[in-house]
Amino acid sequence: MSYQFQFQELLPYTDQFVRGVWLTVQLTAVSTVLGLALGTAGAAARRYGNRLLRTLVGAYVEIVRNTPFIVQLFFIFFGLPNLGVRLTAGEAAVIAMVVNLGAYSTEIIRAGLQAIPKGQVEAGQSLGMSGVQIFRYVIIRPALGKIWPALSSQCVIVMLGSSVVSQISAEELTFAANFIQSRNFRSFEVYAVTTLLYLALALGLRQVFGLIGRQLFARR
Amino acid sequence: MPEFTLWDIARNLLLAARWTVLLSLIAFAGGAVTGLLLTLARVSKYPLLRLLARGYIELFQGTPLLMQLFLAFFGLSLAGIEVSPWVAASLALTLWTSAFLAEIWRGCVEAIPKGQGEASASLGLSWLEAMRYVILPQALRIAIPPTVGFSVQVIKGTALASIIGFIELTKAGTMLNNATFQPFTVFSLVALMYFALCYPLSLYAHSLEAKLHAARRT
Repeated sequence: MSYQFQFQELLPYTDQFVRGVWLTVQLTAVSTVLGLALGTAGAAARRYGNRLLRTLVGAYVEIVRNTPFIVQLFFIFFGLPNLGVRLTAGEAAVIAMVVNLGAYSTEIIRAGLQAIPKGQVEAGQSLGMSGVQIFRYVIIRPALGKIWPALSSQCVIVMLGSSVVSQISAEELTFAANFIQSRNFRSFEVYAVTTLLYLALALGLRQVFGLIGRQLFARR
Repeated sequence: MPEFTLWDIARNLLLAARWTVLLSLIAFAGGAVTGLLLTLARVSKYPLLRLLARGYIELFQGTPLLMQLFLAFFGLSLAGIEVSPWVAASLALTLWTSAFLAEIWRGCVEAIPKGQGEASASLGLSWLEAMRYVILPQALRIAIPPTVGFSVQVIKGTALASIIGFIELTKAGTMLNNATFQPFTVFSLVALMYFALCYPLSLYAHSLEAKLHAARRT
């Protein structure tokens, strides 16, 4: 007995697929921006903060990097209400993704900060730049430029990881796929198409990061 | 309804953690074998082989592990093979691991100076012999730290097997949560156990890396 693939049964659900892709794009966009902001703050704290702050940020990074994302998600969505913090599935998903990306990007950006030669900072000081100006123009920009490829890959990993948030019934692409296959029972076809959509999203996201990288960090 | 003490929860989670460890070992061993073949294909002299290996790696690195698990789970049953979560999870995690290991190892092989390969060729070694006796032993040395580091990702990856019904640490956590209604305690313990598995490996990878760089500096 051989199985007949029936991809045409997916056509009536095109709208759901499109909506799922769009939700995943939005989820990723919000989490990436907030996550990278958190990572930049974390990296600055680990590099320039006092001892207590460095230890705290270090513990945050290690806890997040050594536990699975899905457990972090369950902890935030199911565990935090025990402490009186009630979150919708969407909020919990964004928070989990931001916390996750924040930890990884802290480590990546810190490596970039370490690669900035001291003389560069001193040159900035001798030009009379303020501390904030030095951080903005002399430190963070070239630091991000150095580690941009690693940072891009991490953001792609977080986007792919977002498929897991369907498990707390946050709506995105995998949630849409689960819904569709519960209607037409074409599990394999539905997940094959969904997988290709994720592949396209990953390739697209990489292009976007490449474009941003060239815009921001091109050598002039 | 039975009462669960903290020890009951911890004990059940510890029992389930055995399956996390076993699944990680299967995925890592299978992934290492497949990954080695992929690495050889990726650096081979045949363009088609290189292209296929590259496509494989792109596909598995560019799609969610969860989708790969679903496809293994539903795809195998279409092929007429009776699927247990064990088989589907082992297969998907093996393929996923092999793609990442191949990409890590390719970097290590390419880090070996080209002259080494040319020297082997001028000594009359075949490509495979050169790989076996000259290139891979040297690449192995620099490959160990990132490989140990990646094993942490494999352990964390096994958590997704819970979604296709494989009972390991995360699945046991959700089941205990449904029975006890103590999500904060249960998921804290689950996280703690993953941390206990992963953090030593992270530290070990870090120290191996530091040693390697120290050796190179002198």
